Amino acid sequence: MQTIAQYLPEHPFFAGLDAATTNLLAGCASNIHVRADELLFREGTPADHFYLLRHGRIAIEVRTPGPPMVLDTVEDGDVVGWSWVVPPYLWTFDGRASIDTSAVAFDAACLRVKCLANPLLGYDLMMRFVRLMNQRLQSARVRLIDMYGGTNG
Amino acid sequence: MDSVADLPPGGAATLIRPDPMLPRPFRVHRVHQDTRDTYTLELEPTDGAPLAWLPGQFTMLHAFGVGEAPISISGDPSRPDRIEHTIRNVGSVTAALVAAGPGTVLGVRGPFGTGWDVDTGRGGDVVVVAGGIGLAPLRPAILELIAHRADFDRVVLLYGARTPEDILFTDDLRAWAERDGIIVEVTVDNGQHAWRGRVGLVTQLVTRAGFDAARALALVCGPEVMMRYAAQALSDRGVRPERLRLSMERNMKCGVGLCGHCQLRELFLCVDGPVLGYDRLAPLMSRAEL
Repeated sequence: MQTIAQYLPEHPFFAGLDAATTNLLAGCASNIHVRADELLFREGTPADHFYLLRHGRIAIEVRTPGPPMVLDTVEDGDVVGWSWVVPPYLWTFDGRASIDTSAVAFDAACLRVKCLANPLLGYDLMMRFVRLMNQRLQSARVRLIDMYGGTNG
Repeated sequence: MDSVADLPPGGAATLIRPDPMLPRPFRVHRVHQDTRDTYTLELEPTDGAPLAWLPGQFTMLHAFGVGEAPISISGDPSRPDRIEHTIRNVGSVTAALVAAGPGTVLGVRGPFGTGWDVDTGRGGDVVVVAGGIGLAPLRPAILELIAHRADFDRVVLLYGARTPEDILFTDDLRAWAERDGIIVEVTVDNGQHAWRGRVGLVTQLVTRAGFDAARALALVCGPEVMMRYAAQALSDRGVRPERLRLSMERNMKCGVGLCGHCQLRELFLCVDGPVLGYDRLAPLMSRAEL
């Protein structure tokens, strides 16, 4: 298995970062594993990480009076979690492993300190997360159309 | 030939081209409930004469005394003796059609329109993107691909449905993936906790699917909004517009390009379509109220 520092430059989310920045990010990262059905993060708790999924699938769930609803899924190669950049840094949904999942976990407190100390790094990271937010927002908006609602066959 | 009585009988056997406005009687052989509101009807011609059709074409299916609706053919193109239609119950005609039990006689006009022409994908990858009941018109193309599987490289089916309960042809999907060498990826818009599969837009599957876009033929069918985003995603991946085909749905009525109900600017979708290349459709799909 590749080290985190080897893996990051190959990932589209981190494409174009120089070696020093990659090493700096890798210094805030660790490998984690969650089993199917385990929670990776829980709504209302501190968003002290974001994750880059290496293998597996995480369901973003919202709690309801009945069983939780799955709003979205993320899987191999996806980045999950931007609550760490938005005060008050609390998770807004649950993240549950649909299947056994491996991920790189980035320590938010560590990254926030580095971003404050290095605004260029902070801006670069924010731009990457804004793109991710835009994709998720567009997906959510299109799904609001309920486009599968009305054809014959 | 001495008199009118010597003329051959009507239907497919006649030397005179059959009247496209005249429904042919077909008997319901079998009805299968696919989902809560969607049924597949197997129809047999009462006169025994097979109905030749192409994957992607549709018929006008007539419930006598109620009306008719355009329905895509969803069965196996190698079985012209028995045609299948997958119908979602969304109105009075489709309600009458799905309520037709075995033995009921329905009227069939057509087949009408253009087909997927999967032959043109030989030697390359084929990407099939389906949304909701849009999988039904694509099923004959998939069955044709399977019948000639060795002639194609990767065949990828990307399918989006509203909920896990709305997923069509679940047995087929399993068999296509496990038996027929097709990469099948399914996603839903709304998932319950028990659903362990993907939740999200089908267009996201396009972004991550493994296929060689430069050599790919792409077939897309689903709600128009979904097709617009799927076509854009396929185009962004590098699929050439003329190799990217969409099945367009409008208010098909006559089926022969006369009534104009299915007009999309200069196109009559019942004869120019329903299957059309993105090179012709792209400028039309982004226009409001067209």
